[in-house]
Amino acid sequence: MNVLAASEALNPLPSGWFLENSWLIPVVPAVAFALIIFFGKRMPKKGSEIGLLSMLVSLGLSAGSAYQWIQRVGAAAGEQFVEPVVRTWNWWQIGGVNLTIGQSIDGLAVIILVVVAFISTLVQLYSLEYLRGDRRYTHFFAALTLFSAGMLAMVIAEDTILLILGWEIMGLCSFMLIGHWWEEEANSRAALKAFFTVRTGDMGLLVGVAILYFASNEWTTENLGVSGFSIRGISAWALSGDPNSTVILVASIALFIAAIGKSGQFPLHTWLPDAMAGPTPVSSLLHSSTMVVAGVFLVARLYPVFFEGLDIMGAGGNLIMIIGAITIVIAAGLAFVQADIKKVLAYSTVSQLGYMMLGLGAGAWLPAVFHIFTHAFFKACLFLGAGSISHSASHHSFDMRKDMGGLRKVMPITFTTWIISTLALCGVFPFSGFFSKDEIIDNVGNNGYTMFMVIGLIGAFMTAAYMTRATYLTFFGEARGAAAGHHGADHGAHGHDDHGANDHGEDEHGLDAHAGPHESGPLITIPLMILAVLALSSGLLNATPFGTSWERLKVWVEPRPSVVMEVRASGPGASLVAAESGYAKTPCGTETPKEGICFAPKLEHAKFKWSKAALSLAIVFAGIVISWLLSVALYTKKSAALVGLTSRNRLLGAGYRFLVNKYYLDVLYEQVIVKAVVGPIARATNWFNQNVLDGVLHGVARSTTSVGRWTYRNIDQRVVDGTVNASGRVTKGAGGVVQPMQSGKVSQYGALLFAAAAVAVLVLVIINT
Amino acid sequence: MLVNQFLILAAILFSIGVYGVVARRNAVLVLMSIELILNAVNLNLIAFALRNGSADGHTFALYVIAVAAAEVGVGLGLVLLIYRNRRSIALDDLSEMKG
Repeated sequence: MNVLAASEALNPLPSGWFLENSWLIPVVPAVAFALIIFFGKRMPKKGSEIGLLSMLVSLGLSAGSAYQWIQRVGAAAGEQFVEPVVRTWNWWQIGGVNLTIGQSIDGLAVIILVVVAFISTLVQLYSLEYLRGDRRYTHFFAALTLFSAGMLAMVIAEDTILLILGWEIMGLCSFMLIGHWWEEEANSRAALKAFFTVRTGDMGLLVGVAILYFASNEWTTENLGVSGFSIRGISAWALSGDPNSTVILVASIALFIAAIGKSGQFPLHTWLPDAMAGPTPVSSLLHSSTMVVAGVFLVARLYPVFFEGLDIMGAGGNLIMIIGAITIVIAAGLAFVQADIKKVLAYSTVSQLGYMMLGLGAGAWLPAVFHIFTHAFFKACLFLGAGSISHSASHHSFDMRKDMGGLRKVMPITFTTWIISTLALCGVFPFSGFFSKDEIIDNVGNNGYTMFMVIGLIGAFMTAAYMTRATYLTFFGEARGAAAGHHGADHGAHGHDDHGANDHGEDEHGLDAHAGPHESGPLITIPLMILAVLALSSGLLNATPFGTSWERLKVWVEPRPSVVMEVRASGPGASLVAAESGYAKTPCGTETPKEGICFAPKLEHAKFKWSKAALSLAIVFAGIVISWLLSVALYTKKSAALVGLTSRNRLLGAGYRFLVNKYYLDVLYEQVIVKAVVGPIARATNWFNQNVLDGVLHGVARSTTSVGRWTYRNIDQRVVDGTVNASGRVTKGAGGVVQPMQSGKVSQYGALLFAAAAVAVLVLVIINT
Repeated sequence: MLVNQFLILAAILFSIGVYGVVARRNAVLVLMSIELILNAVNLNLIAFALRNGSADGHTFALYVIAVAAAEVGVGLGLVLLIYRNRRSIALDDLSEMKG
């Protein structure tokens, strides 16, 4: 292979300290976690300063990596494949197999790293105020920091092993943080539900990774010199034309089940709304902006596997698109009947995750990743806004109908940031959500899936409508309940973000809560304002409508689908030297490259047209206006035609009950499936017990009794008793000697055990020498 | 030889574990000490597997880990029941089997 001639067409790619040492990004918070756990309670700020500092360091390192990655991309020629910065370490050697873990930094990793580190920093800042005086303040910050470490580790993972590790750390932290106030039974039930539902999906991750390893290991070892755990190796293998189509189909379905569980897709979305039992900063960080996109990230990361396995870009749609489309609509439907403001946002998150999945399934990889990016900012802002309301205005309640209303005058900053983020979520031009969501819908249609595009537009209408309803109930109309300044009879039993008994004592907050609704302090409003600015402007990073020069993320993040010639330097464990010849001759993903390797499939990008955008904008405005008029009529004017409509009209009533009961999915899982599994097993066991075992036992028992009677009369009385009585006398004498040793103290028994073992070892040593 | 360091570490861990089993009164701490002992054993297995260049030690260590997990499950279950019955998990109080 002529390396020299091939590399003439290439530019050398610069690296840098930040890119080479990106592994520090998750390690810093992981170390901080240990420090908080061991020394946090003794620190002046109870360990929160360590968490915040570590997140700031991670953010700095991520920003440095992003800067150097942009330089690296900038140095590459036109369609040149930009190689990720890979470093690996030996983790485990077993029987000649080397398992490595390491980092692989590319555009996708960089963008998610920045988002996660950024939101984590802001949420920790916000939590300083929000959880002040909480009884498990230190543990809260420890878990939050560990969560960030897990997510960052998953993002930089070079191999599926580290990916699983980060994935499971996140699951654990999610469990701990949802159940942060576990004294209330509802909270610990929600934590368990989240954990078990996600674990159901996690089985798919283990199965998928195992299948991929065994299927690809031979190919990757031969062609790339890496094991079948390496994500790069798996990607190249998937696109090489080598894999058996059934194997890769099964592997991609297994992995997708994991993504369904983690990212709250239908039918495993039921855990996510219940997860709102956790403190609001947790909902904001884990259950809206970062952790729940892990499933989407998994699909984006192993995209070649899904691309080949599920036939993305093929005619007629595929599993990912179908699940994504169902999720968009059903979650948006549920958001209409919620009284709890956080549940509205939770269902909205589920619905937006559906958009991301729909985009990935339809071959709109970049728009989906872009939507992760913008969604993180505006959804974190919305959740923190809800927290701000409950903290300062509605006396720890999240009930929009009972305890909110008319808050726009008393909370101007929260109101402004909420409105900006809501408009971004609805996808109104020029807010960030418009650029990402519209691009997904546009690309879905452009790739030939008209029906799914229509579902996306319906979803956009519903999003605009339910967010308008929530905004109206919270900020407009007249003040109700706690927002009006009265705490009512349920003072002792307020909502689920109550901090417990001991924070209503001496601190300023306890007094505040009784002073009526007011604006929150700067530690809460500053993160809100920063996020609102980003919700407004982050869309400009890939503003397709303004022309190709604005499509920065497309250049920085999207891997270029060029055929790469891999030339392996001699020697064990040598790194890969990428050379390239005649790129773009073989469009990756559409046919098997004759020589060389592909790392990313070639995808289409829709041409932006204002006519298409105008249609979706019109739909969004229609949603806002219709929902506004209905809300005014229903909640303020109490229009006689609308109030109680669901109880008068049978059809509407049935639909309403269907929604309130969450499509009866929880009933299906808890009553039908669990009972169906448990019931027959219990009945079968009982039958077996009664008929088979008991019959045998009775027979055996009857014969045993007759034998026993004979034995008793002849052998027992005469032979045995004589012997026993004699030996009893002997034993009693001996027992008196060793009785003191039977002290009943377990530790003494242990000491004797180890002493005896030590003696035995000594004997062995002496014998053997 | 690198194996020596592994063995010394394992011996130290083992001794700490034995001390914990013998000297601690709290049942949970005793269980944790037993874990330490088991892990010392694992370390030995891995160290010798490394020296002999075979996978047997690794396999066996994996078995030990699985058994240890089961052991902790049963052990903590016992501790929980003892706590429910007696409101205490001090092992010294459990001396009904005294001879």
